[in-house]
Amino acid sequence: MYTKFTLLFPLQKMIHSLFLINCSGDIFLEKHWKSVVSQSVCDYFFEAQEKAVDVENVPPVISTPHHYLISIYRDKLFFVSVIQTEVPPLFVIEFLHRVADTFQDYFGECSEAAIKDNVVIVYELLEEMLDNGFPLATESNILKELIKPPTILRSVVNSITDYEGSSNVGDTLPTGQLSNIPWRRAGVKYTNNEAYFDVVEEIDAIIDKSGSTVFAEIQGVIDACIKLSGMPDLSLSFMNPRLLDDVSFHPCIRFKRWESERVLSFIPPDGNFRLISYRVSSQNLVAIPVYVKHSISFKENSSCGRFDITIGPKQNMGKTIEGITVTVHMPKVVLNMNLTPTQGSYTFDPVTKVLTWDVGKITPQKLPSLKGLVNLQSGAPKPEENPSLNIQFKIQQLAISGLKVNRLDMYGEKYKPFKGVKYVTKAGKFQVRT
Amino acid sequence: MTDSKYFTTTKKGEIFELKAELNSDKKEKKKEAVKKVIASMTVGKDVSALFPDVVNCMQTDNLELKKLVYLYLMNYAKSQPDMAIMAVNTFVKDCEDPNPLIRALAVRTMGCIRVDKITEYLCEPLRKCLKDEDPYVRKTAAVCVAKLHDINAQLVEDQGFLDTLKDLISDSNPMVVANAVAALSEIAESHPSSNLLDLNPQSINKLLTALNECTEWGQIFILDCLANYTPKDDREAQSICERVTPRLSHANSAVVLSAVKVLMKFMEMLSKDLDYYGTLLKKLAPPLVTLLSAEPELQYVALRNINLIVQKRPEILKHEMKVFFVKYNDPIYVKLEKLDIMIRLASQANIAQVLAELKEYATEVDVDFVRKAVRAIGRCAIKVEQSAERCVSTLLDLIQTKVNYVVQEAIVVIKDIFRKYPNKYESVIATLCENLDSLDEPEARAAMIWIVGEYAERIDNADELLESFLEGFHDESTQVQLQLLTAIVKLFLKKPTETQELVQQVLSLATQDSDNPDLRDRGYIYWRLLSTDPVAAKEVVLAEKPLISEETDLIEPTLLDELICYIGTLASVYHKPPSAFVEGGRGVVHKSLPPRTASSESTESPEMAPAGAPPGEQLDVIPTQGDLLGDLLNLDLGPPVSGPPLATSSVQMGAVDLLGGGLDSLMGDEPEGIGAPNFVAPPAATVPANLGAPMGSGLSDLFDLTSGVGTLSGSYVAPKAVWLPAMKAKGLEISGTFTRQVGSISMDLQLTNKALQVMTDFAIQFNRNSFGLAPAAPLQVHAPLSPNQTVEISLPLNTVGSVMKMEPLNNLQVAVKNNIDVFYFSTLYPLHILFVEDGKMGES
Repeated sequence: MYTKFTLLFPLQKMIHSLFLINCSGDIFLEKHWKSVVSQSVCDYFFEAQEKAVDVENVPPVISTPHHYLISIYRDKLFFVSVIQTEVPPLFVIEFLHRVADTFQDYFGECSEAAIKDNVVIVYELLEEMLDNGFPLATESNILKELIKPPTILRSVVNSITDYEGSSNVGDTLPTGQLSNIPWRRAGVKYTNNEAYFDVVEEIDAIIDKSGSTVFAEIQGVIDACIKLSGMPDLSLSFMNPRLLDDVSFHPCIRFKRWESERVLSFIPPDGNFRLISYRVSSQNLVAIPVYVKHSISFKENSSCGRFDITIGPKQNMGKTIEGITVTVHMPKVVLNMNLTPTQGSYTFDPVTKVLTWDVGKITPQKLPSLKGLVNLQSGAPKPEENPSLNIQFKIQQLAISGLKVNRLDMYGEKYKPFKGVKYVTKAGKFQVRT
Repeated sequence: MTDSKYFTTTKKGEIFELKAELNSDKKEKKKEAVKKVIASMTVGKDVSALFPDVVNCMQTDNLELKKLVYLYLMNYAKSQPDMAIMAVNTFVKDCEDPNPLIRALAVRTMGCIRVDKITEYLCEPLRKCLKDEDPYVRKTAAVCVAKLHDINAQLVEDQGFLDTLKDLISDSNPMVVANAVAALSEIAESHPSSNLLDLNPQSINKLLTALNECTEWGQIFILDCLANYTPKDDREAQSICERVTPRLSHANSAVVLSAVKVLMKFMEMLSKDLDYYGTLLKKLAPPLVTLLSAEPELQYVALRNINLIVQKRPEILKHEMKVFFVKYNDPIYVKLEKLDIMIRLASQANIAQVLAELKEYATEVDVDFVRKAVRAIGRCAIKVEQSAERCVSTLLDLIQTKVNYVVQEAIVVIKDIFRKYPNKYESVIATLCENLDSLDEPEARAAMIWIVGEYAERIDNADELLESFLEGFHDESTQVQLQLLTAIVKLFLKKPTETQELVQQVLSLATQDSDNPDLRDRGYIYWRLLSTDPVAAKEVVLAEKPLISEETDLIEPTLLDELICYIGTLASVYHKPPSAFVEGGRGVVHKSLPPRTASSESTESPEMAPAGAPPGEQLDVIPTQGDLLGDLLNLDLGPPVSGPPLATSSVQMGAVDLLGGGLDSLMGDEPEGIGAPNFVAPPAATVPANLGAPMGSGLSDLFDLTSGVGTLSGSYVAPKAVWLPAMKAKGLEISGTFTRQVGSISMDLQLTNKALQVMTDFAIQFNRNSFGLAPAAPLQVHAPLSPNQTVEISLPLNTVGSVMKMEPLNNLQVAVKNNIDVFYFSTLYPLHILFVEDGKMGES
């Protein structure tokens, strides 16, 4: 089966090339891990983009006569990878997201400007992350030892004096990569040893016209910020671990301990990382903290309609609901809206037809409402579809599922760390149909 | 200032300037120059002309500069191989550097230079690096073996690198193990015969150990590699599953999906009675659902795979319907996939919820999505019988919205509902008719016309409605024309007195004024039928139709099984086997699910029937997407479901008559036996003398037609179905059907050799069956069957074999032997082949 063809055109495994494209369709960076693939391959992508109209709707997998393009859309940029043979698409998509995460981590933002400003580091990073199409080092800990992130001081020094010794390349091997715990480097030292955990829960919900819940679940994460010296071995336990039956773990967690004792036992990476993410879907555990009363109507054969929404607290466990924002994609025929909020402020963008109402906090004594008139394009038929309301909110010091950390123990090191846990609940994809 | 300064070089002589800077004596200037070169590279500018100058900068102690030069080399080494050789000495030297970073960098870059000449220099350093004390170097070297194998496979084998690579699977460092597995998988894929990843229980154990320790990417390689292994029995399968299950909780979705693939595949070997089987089913649901909360691109790939998984094992996600509910701001590609899965999961238990959702979607903004939602309502009605009434009323509500594309889509699906539940919902026809004028899409028009024709006797103004379509007959699409023809003929047969003119009109439009052969042929068939024997015509045209099946878009089971083996790959996204789209289709090995092998002795083994899908399962599906080609043609869309339906026999009668008396009347006799009063026979029949120019062509068409129909003379013949797929029979594919011709039964076989070797020595045998069906002669394949060759054989059968009652009654188990092996399959034969033409049962 081994033909001459193979010798001439080697099997191109895995990710072949990467193109970064901005929203106006300029390819502003390309990186090839194998031979150079012409930019013209992106024409197929542009074609699909044109067809999709909205940037969000560009299909993530596109086939072209000789390649497949797998892309992600992040921070207003398209990461388009070129592959030539059968490759698991999730593998590629995960990797692309990891690349974007790394840029974010290194430059503070993942934007065209940041990437262009650091193009050499970007190139070094990409080369380090992938070899022959295989992911090599994707852990931010390891990368930062190999390639130092830019610092303000260093770039100032670099540009003013062209200081000889300044280099953004580490000249020793990252220690973690060689050990069985590749996520942690050796010899970490802090004067203040701290470990913080943020329990963040997002409520995804669809509420129907009548106010009953069609679908609701909680997407939770525990993000950690660990600044501990040496090789600490941590155990985190919960008051009610039974809540967590659908969990994804950071590789550092010992799965067996969790299975047998329901304790999270791990040697943490240094710095910020996501310890676990979890999902709570059983309906009786998902409280819906707000309700919306709404009446949106368009009159037949008239160029106006009425808009009236009120927001109130529901199962909020006695906490204040704050940071409320309501976003509504109004139908195309809406020309303008003339509304009065009882609190907060609203904007309506007549181009995108997006209404945004920045509500703020709910005080139960006086429920916030927004009402007024909707002006429609004259002569157009009344809109068939009713807009959905997208609600954002935040509740501090509460994990809506009821999850509570019991204790954190540390082994392997002698010092006493400072420990802290914070809880917050937010709206995720929280939609009210009207 | 930032790196963006590197972009701001001059217009003209840019390369020249860079050249000068690269050759500068100052180290810093050189470094800046190389950075400028790299900046140009990132925007796709060709700076390969600077190759020699950049290579000259390579000899340096400055690690940063060295890395930059290497970056440049990796990009251009492939296009400038001859010049890359200039760098070889430095590479070889760097491979000995005390700093492992530099050693690794050198061996890595060398592997990227695709020149045969360089490989001889590469071997020694590579050998050292594979045994380097530093794991960072070892893992880099492991990948380098794959690169070298790509350039010169023979060399890699001769130098023993493959064995070293295999040893690395037992390395103490999990990163090294992962890269060794990745490299071996890549080599094995391009070289399928090599048997490199010789998977046995020992090596599997090593892989499973490494799985717990290596990085997420390594885990994907290992899991994909495990998926290619076939455990020897269910016990081994279970123990592997147990060790793979923890990966379902990994944060990386690609790891999760690869683990799902292994589990789905090995599950096939577990007995459903096993407690563990149930546990595993439960464990699979949460991770799949979790994938849906990830980024939309990941969701899309996950959904395409879930679509396969719910077809294979619907029980996994049957309680998770709600997670597939669509959010208004999901990207359209996610919405459409979710909708598809919702229908697959729809059941009596959740249909109310599903319908409420679908109705909601039907008022959304996106037209494609709305259409699909309306279609989905129709599919629900067909799938869940109890919900049909609800679905119909939902569709009626939607029609009331008068949104044009919603109305059209609704009418198309209501037509399907009528075909599934005939004579049940005609009360809605009046509402449908109100919207007749707004239909502008061919599919909707055709559907509406079909409905009018089918229920003509209950629609008072059916003739007016159809007549209104007739005016623009020639502007309609073929689909609509064919439908209109059939509908008017139906109308005539139902209300002969008032519609003669109409039918004359449409027949002449179809036969004389149309260039479309399908339309003309169908026109003539109807014409002949009507003019010879209206009673027969009635039996043919108004025959009872087979009901459409509930699921119309299921993936064919063998393909589904293959795709399950490819979960997580591009094949699973496109729902096509990899051989169908991977460029070249080279070296693609068909994968199939492992058969269920119990470690304990199986007590009852079926006499001849092989394991696998129950026979005939895939035959029962009558596709509805058949474009409504009228009732006559509908009949051969699918083989009869059970026994010979009455409808089929009436076709034969019609066809026979068409050849007999009908022909005479066409040739000049006065039309006789025309039942319908006042029916004016077609011009060709009544005015034989007019066999002039315009008629001539029509006539010859008719003769063509009859000769075509002639082959039908014996009995209804189902189209050949694949009985034995090539995958199950080492490359031999058998498809066939049964026929009865003039009193003798035969089995028409088509043998295709899809293997690479010649096949000879064919023989066939039947198991005992309900009617004693047996071959009346040996299987005669005259010449050896060479690869890709197909032969058609008609095997005469008799009914004197030994009798044993089969379940179902018409089940036939067959064994076919050739020089390669013996293969078994079973099939269902239509009972009507046993009936003699005079309507009496043959040998009992």
